[in-house]
Amino acid sequence: MTTTPEKSAAKATAVETVSVTIDGVQVDVPKDTLVIRAAEQIGVQIPRFCDHPLLAPAGACRQCLVEVPDAGNGRGFPKPQASCTLPVADGMVVNTQATSESADKAQQGVMEFLLINHPLDCPVCDKGGECPLQNQAMSNGRGESRFVGSGSGGVKRTFPKPINLSPQVLLDRERCIVCQRCTRFAEEIPGDPFIALVERGAQQQIGIAENAPFLSYFAGNTIQICPVGALTSESYRFRSRPFDLVSSPAVAEHDACGSAIRVDHRRGKVMRRLAGNDPEVNEEWITDKDRFAFTYATEPDRLTYPQVRDEDGALRPASWPEAFSVAARGLADARAAGGVGVLTGGRLTGEDAYAYSKFARVALGTNDIDFRARPHSAEEADFLAAHVVATGPDGPAGGSVTYGDLESAATVVLVGFEPEDEAGAIFLRLRKAALHSNTRVLAIAPFTTRGLSKMHGTLIPTAPGDEPGAVASLLGHADHGVDATSVILVGERLATVPGAFSAVADLVAKSGAKVAWVPRRAGDRGALETGCLPTLLPGGRPVADAQARVDAATAWGVDSLPEAPGRDGDAIVAALGAGELAGLVIGGVDPADTADPTATTDAIERARFVVALDVRASDVTRAADVVFPVAPVVDKAGTYVNWEGRPRPFDAVLGGPSSLPDLRVLAGIAEELGATLGFRTVAEVWSQMEDIGPWDGARATMTPVAAAVKDPLSDPDKGLVLSTWKQLLDQGTMQAGDKHLAATARPAVAKVSRAVYDAVGPTVTLTGERGSVTLPAEPVDDLVDGVVWVPTNSSGLGLLTDLAPPGARVTISGGDA
Amino acid sequence: MSDVSTLTPVLTKDWGTDRSWTLPVYESRGGYASLKKALTMAQDDIIAAVKDSGLRGRGGAGFPTGMKWSFIPQDNPKPKYLVVNADESEPGTCKDTPLMMASPHVLVEGVIISSFAIRANTAFIYIRGEILHVIRRVQAAVAEAYAAGHLGKDIHGSGYDLDIVVHAGAGAYICGEETALLEGLEGRRGQPRLRPPFPAVAGLYASPTVINNVESIASVPSIIEHGPAWFSSMGTEKSKGYGIFSLSGHVTRPGQYEAPLGITLRELIDLSGGMREGHQLKFWTPGGSSTPLLTDEHLDLPLDFEGMAGAGTMLGTRAIQLFDETTCVVRAVLRWTEFYKHESCGKCTPCREGTWWLVQTLAAIERGEGSEADLDLLLDQCENILGRSFCALGDGATSPISSSIQYFRDEYVAHLTHGGCPLDPAASTVWGSSLTRSGA
Repeated sequence: MTTTPEKSAAKATAVETVSVTIDGVQVDVPKDTLVIRAAEQIGVQIPRFCDHPLLAPAGACRQCLVEVPDAGNGRGFPKPQASCTLPVADGMVVNTQATSESADKAQQGVMEFLLINHPLDCPVCDKGGECPLQNQAMSNGRGESRFVGSGSGGVKRTFPKPINLSPQVLLDRERCIVCQRCTRFAEEIPGDPFIALVERGAQQQIGIAENAPFLSYFAGNTIQICPVGALTSESYRFRSRPFDLVSSPAVAEHDACGSAIRVDHRRGKVMRRLAGNDPEVNEEWITDKDRFAFTYATEPDRLTYPQVRDEDGALRPASWPEAFSVAARGLADARAAGGVGVLTGGRLTGEDAYAYSKFARVALGTNDIDFRARPHSAEEADFLAAHVVATGPDGPAGGSVTYGDLESAATVVLVGFEPEDEAGAIFLRLRKAALHSNTRVLAIAPFTTRGLSKMHGTLIPTAPGDEPGAVASLLGHADHGVDATSVILVGERLATVPGAFSAVADLVAKSGAKVAWVPRRAGDRGALETGCLPTLLPGGRPVADAQARVDAATAWGVDSLPEAPGRDGDAIVAALGAGELAGLVIGGVDPADTADPTATTDAIERARFVVALDVRASDVTRAADVVFPVAPVVDKAGTYVNWEGRPRPFDAVLGGPSSLPDLRVLAGIAEELGATLGFRTVAEVWSQMEDIGPWDGARATMTPVAAAVKDPLSDPDKGLVLSTWKQLLDQGTMQAGDKHLAATARPAVAKVSRAVYDAVGPTVTLTGERGSVTLPAEPVDDLVDGVVWVPTNSSGLGLLTDLAPPGARVTISGGDA
Repeated sequence: MSDVSTLTPVLTKDWGTDRSWTLPVYESRGGYASLKKALTMAQDDIIAAVKDSGLRGRGGAGFPTGMKWSFIPQDNPKPKYLVVNADESEPGTCKDTPLMMASPHVLVEGVIISSFAIRANTAFIYIRGEILHVIRRVQAAVAEAYAAGHLGKDIHGSGYDLDIVVHAGAGAYICGEETALLEGLEGRRGQPRLRPPFPAVAGLYASPTVINNVESIASVPSIIEHGPAWFSSMGTEKSKGYGIFSLSGHVTRPGQYEAPLGITLRELIDLSGGMREGHQLKFWTPGGSSTPLLTDEHLDLPLDFEGMAGAGTMLGTRAIQLFDETTCVVRAVLRWTEFYKHESCGKCTPCREGTWWLVQTLAAIERGEGSEADLDLLLDQCENILGRSFCALGDGATSPISSSIQYFRDEYVAHLTHGGCPLDPAASTVWGSSLTRSGA
């Protein structure tokens, strides 16, 4: 699945190589390779601590010293050299600890030094058992310390321990060997240099500034790359021993990045999650959300058995067969009484999404299905059908935007998309591209975010609603024109702006730039690919295309598929509210995320029959007539399709007989409905998906939508235009259960222009069509006039419930502190 | 017997003059004539003159100054910088401080000529933060030079612009290491940088940078005034010119003795009136505490780069600390080692952890604790630090230990057999004799 893109392969062949001799073995490596990595090529592991392949060389720990009798010019180095900072040279001769006594002695000497001030607390240290210091002390150190026996007995340097660097990350300074991996990571990778070296000599330590904790969205990575047990997390420390853990590869479920992770579990319980190493995708980094937000699956409100609504109106436990049959009966009645809609959320795997898609068409006979549990538009669906679906690194349309493309692009334009909050791996890759490949990042947004400045990006100041004009202006722009070497990343939020997706499509057509759509949720792209849209069947088959319908019907072995165009999410909600639709199958939807939360909640209440599939109890399951517990992602196999269109398959990490994926539940209901879906397992779904494949007929085309004519922003009586998105860490239900993680979230503040701040003060009350919120305000110097920004889900019931939809007008006044 | 004619006062010649640090006095004695001459010369000719003079860096390492200047890539479009290392912090070293106190204008003049030669329009003088009086004096001299038109725009109608920034360090020995100095100058934590890139290519603000010691730069005006042949007529074959020798310790008249390189310690002791009355030389450092110490066997070695290297030590900063037979070598070495432990920046393991351990082992020996095996352990620790650390600070920390064990192993052992120091620590002090007498 993760094949190397052709262009990087082509690049690799063009690289100049040099020949070096390491421990008597000649090896050809690319020019500028560091000796420490050249040695890996011949199977020699030189011990190291500060060295990390993704960080700039430091040469601080001196553990990797080697002897260099010939630097390639016939002369040797008189002293041992740090192999982590020494690039190879043609003809260089290197002797490592494997063949050189002096290299071995140098390494043993450094190891002995490292250990004199290191506590011997391995038996109680979290790192014990997976500790590079422990391991390399065994392989490259002496068995007995000379420190304690020297002089009058060595005295170690001590510190009070541990101290908090952030609410989540703790530092044990005694264990720290000040290799600077963490500080270099913080500065180089996310650009959050909130930790730094302080003091000197043996007192040198990692520290934070007063009142400036290590609040980086990526802080957890430092724990993982710490080569000793100095950095630990509140959520894992003292919980487990590495050798008691079972490690399973998995894919993170919190965004559309498809980041590889490793889940470490013990006796059926997840103890921690780590970043996996996938150079094509997330390299070795993940967000703190991907790392720490897994306890939602073990919250007390987890559903563990099916429930049906009893005659007395209360939900009661039911057996699986009973629940299947009650659900089938109710859905059959509802179908007859007007129809059943299907609403799915972002947590679904591709296989589960496929099951909903097929269930809607085959069992319910409807195209009323939508995965977009958020504000959406028909224009967006058109755009997805025309430009996104069935593209991918290996897709038939081929050549979709990849992470690698972000590094090679001359310009990357962000529209309706804030990578640091909405897709952490993209943020890191764009920062890397900006720093090392001179990629220019342009953001069409109302103000320069912290993330944008860390990507050294340029703001194209744009108020919500003005994006179509801003996008159009990029064609042939004098300063930052977009051309075929550019990449445009559009966020799902653009759906709230009429004409924006059309403007993007137009710019792409005229400039030749590549475009990618970046949703927030892990399951969205897979749901698009499998047809959880009213206009698309699996594989990008347009519902409106008779041939495509026949193709899908044939693959599914049914006579025909519904022809009538389906309702989208908003229309399903409206139809339920109006009584036009009688039933609803809903899975993984939080009404607070939808365009009109009250309407969605009302629709669920008013629907005659609701079947809910969910992991945890919610207002949706409490209102449902039949509730099926479904497996959280850790309990099931599946595939996410990330924003690139790259399938990211994974196996079940845990599992249990009562923890079933959505697809199994839907198969059970369908059987009771007399409409067999032909699968009961993930593997069977996958094989059906492979069989049906992507559509090879004509792609849908997009009908351009004109941008709305807007009120002039300068009219203060009409209030401010609301700009909003979700911060990475907020009140999302999948972040429940880790209070330490929650404490690292950015607080809810209203960002206002300096003039507004000066006028209404440090606390503001915003009032919109749905209510009022009072928040601390923060002045932002380059915020577009007439705009206020508030995080979508960091306070109250969420902005869509409490205030107004994005792009609406809100009034502002000084609030009570 | 040596007499004062052995001395070659150039930098020190005006130190006795009333208000020598002021511009009028400096100019009345010929100051800034070299600048005016240099401004009429081709810049490459100045570099060539300094090269031909054989001037080698006076900060300790002895790298040829003219060659360092010629490494500056003149096709690099970035600005070029001259940085003067005035972070004089090495124990025993005390030549730049009095030079800047007594004759700051010779430094300023040297900075202008040197900056002109390497095409730098901004120069920095990084002065050790603790010597506030020196910082003020150099600042005053720079201000005077601006007022006189020696600095600023279009200096003396030459079309050449130069600004000098006097920067105060924040109190770290490591900032005398040139790349750590650059970090400090940029406002960062003072720790040495990875090389390459070398400062000549990417130094201050990643631009081509020359970093020279105060005395090196202050020597430039005299080379311009008298010519390279004059300069190279002094000194020895490979160590040309004059230098300030700073004598301190158990000598009758401690102080600064400016003499040709290659002079011997015997001559210098003669010039300074001999060792303390009634005492003999026991050991000495040729160039600060980081240079392996020598004994009275080495009195007649030429004090030049080659002579000292031949004896297994270094000329260093010519900070000659002299210790007579009342001094406990273990005590002296422990004090130096404590200094290195305190000043280790912490960046690399051998220096950070090694100095921590060395102090403990040495302190135990001074108290008479431990065993003779600890001496071999000390030497092995030194071997594991020397050449293994990130910069030369770690190397320097080992020098006094390994050299003192080489020459005075018996004295170390005596501490162990004696159950502590066999010497009277008071006897080595200036008040010691009175104390000893009254106590007796």
